[in-house]
Amino acid sequence: MLIDLAELHLRNVTYRLFVELGRAPTVHEVAADIESDDEEVEAGWRRLHDAHALVLQQGAAEIRMANPFSAVPTAYRVFARDRWWYANCAWDAFGICAALRADGRIETSCADCAEALTIRVDNQSVDDESLRFHCLVPASRWWDDIVFT
Amino acid sequence: MNLFRSEEHIVRWLGSRSPGATIGVATLCELAHLWWSDRLDPDWKPRTREQNQAILDRLGLMGEPWQLA
Repeated sequence: MLIDLAELHLRNVTYRLFVELGRAPTVHEVAADIESDDEEVEAGWRRLHDAHALVLQQGAAEIRMANPFSAVPTAYRVFARDRWWYANCAWDAFGICAALRADGRIETSCADCAEALTIRVDNQSVDDESLRFHCLVPASRWWDDIVFT
Repeated sequence: MNLFRSEEHIVRWLGSRSPGATIGVATLCELAHLWWSDRLDPDWKPRTREQNQAILDRLGLMGEPWQLA
């Protein structure tokens, strides 16, 4: 699904506010920023959700994911640019450093044994290359259930 | 999409499930930077599926687990 210029602007403002605020912006905050109203923003967010440009909470006009950022607490925490962020998954944890264009520290745990894992990202490189990443869902089905993926 | 201490931990976590795709964390970091580094650009535009597939291909991530369509 294609998104038009107005939706693209809405998406980019939403992302900018997410980083400025350190959390997901509300419908009202975005509406105020773009001098629109809540209903317009909500409708735009729903089109962006359908286009996989962001993910809304089920049944609510609230951001769940502005990939790679998560609006809800997860097992993947990232410290970058002097604050903590939540990532949607391991890939997105590194993606937060990439999106912010910053070094960072990822704190999570082994999905099998729950041992704490801390990975430093400096200059786009990791300090511990022994860890492994596993993606259970094939790429063609990532968006079937993006929260599970 | 999870992190594990080693292949042994992945196998144990999978149990009877079929494995998906496994890569080292250094490759994951490289992939993440190629995939996400433009995400906050003021003039960001969505990539096409072909462009996304090219990123995966560039890192040698081939085969069914990495095929977007």
